[in-house]
Amino acid sequence: MKVLIVGGGKTLYFICRNFIAKGYEVVIINRKKDECIQLARQLSAMVICGDGSDAAILKDAGIIGADAVLAITPNDQDNLVICQLASLKFGVTKVLAMANDPDNTEIFEKLGVSAFSTTQIVGSLIEQRASLEQVLNLMSVGEGRVNVTEIILDVDSPVAGKVLKDIDLPENALIAVLIRDNQPIVPRGANNLLAGDRLVLITLPENHGSALKVFTGESQQRGNGFEGKRVS
Amino acid sequence: MRKAIKNNRYIVVVGCGRLGSHLANQLSHSGNLVVMIDMNETAFNDLSPDFSGFRIDGDATHMAILNEAKLKNADVLIATTHEDNVNLMVAQIAQKIFNVRLVIARVFDPKREEVYAQLGIETICPTTVAVDMFLRVVFNGSMNPKGARL
Repeated sequence: MKVLIVGGGKTLYFICRNFIAKGYEVVIINRKKDECIQLARQLSAMVICGDGSDAAILKDAGIIGADAVLAITPNDQDNLVICQLASLKFGVTKVLAMANDPDNTEIFEKLGVSAFSTTQIVGSLIEQRASLEQVLNLMSVGEGRVNVTEIILDVDSPVAGKVLKDIDLPENALIAVLIRDNQPIVPRGANNLLAGDRLVLITLPENHGSALKVFTGESQQRGNGFEGKRVS
Repeated sequence: MRKAIKNNRYIVVVGCGRLGSHLANQLSHSGNLVVMIDMNETAFNDLSPDFSGFRIDGDATHMAILNEAKLKNADVLIATTHEDNVNLMVAQIAQKIFNVRLVIARVFDPKREEVYAQLGIETICPTTVAVDMFLRVVFNGSMNPKGARL
């Protein structure tokens, strides 16, 4: 697989190191000459010094044969244009932009460019690890039409000790993964649930509340962030 | 011809450089409501004293700034910053997300212009425009050749 990466800094360095270790062919485009020299010394990758949003530079970097293009510069406008040139001008099918401003993730998607926000990802990870809350919202996918939620079962949970097939889940709700002692299990009907288990739950906004109730028992509707989304 | 142009439009201009400030001054002078956005507050010094529009000091690639400029009510957006990619990003956001009817972006690099023409973004490339003008003079020997005069 040939991957073209535009950007710099430690993120780029470690991503490239990882990709090269996996045997991918990596081409880096960076604006700064000094950094290019450093990168060329440290990594066995082709390094091109120039503006990644310039079609001629992309061509020099061999974009025509690339399987994927990744734009992770610190400027969102550059990342957007790099990805649009890659897909519209050069026909690369897999392009991915980093959105430095988390608000831009949605905007880029609307403009036809797949995007991710490290701020969002790291933020939700920190929330997940540091939070003592029993219910954590991991993310909403499909433009907010699907919720992914993590629940930690406590001893009072009405489902603790029950076998999955005996649990009465509302329609359109699914336990995707069960994590016990750091071991993920994709559960089936015969698996049981224990206090301390972490469940990753897939729900639709309509039945999110009733699905949660099955696991926590309480008729809890405390601000879990989905109220707003359900209206829309 | 000139009478057909409406002069009471709501126009957002991004980038208060030589081109942006000049455009904003003229558009404001002819009766349009103009909002000027620039990251650098001192850039507003280029606006003429009788500029009657609004000034917003901020980065136009941030949604908060575009919302502050009430872009959803705008009839026209003109992006004239010195960075092509900023102009192209703001133009696309204006067109696709805020549904602004007329969106024009200045793009220096003619290679980029092509791609955005495909996306339906109206772009003006100063290089291409200047090349056309020069060539016309070279071939006709004058800016206003006989027969081309209005």
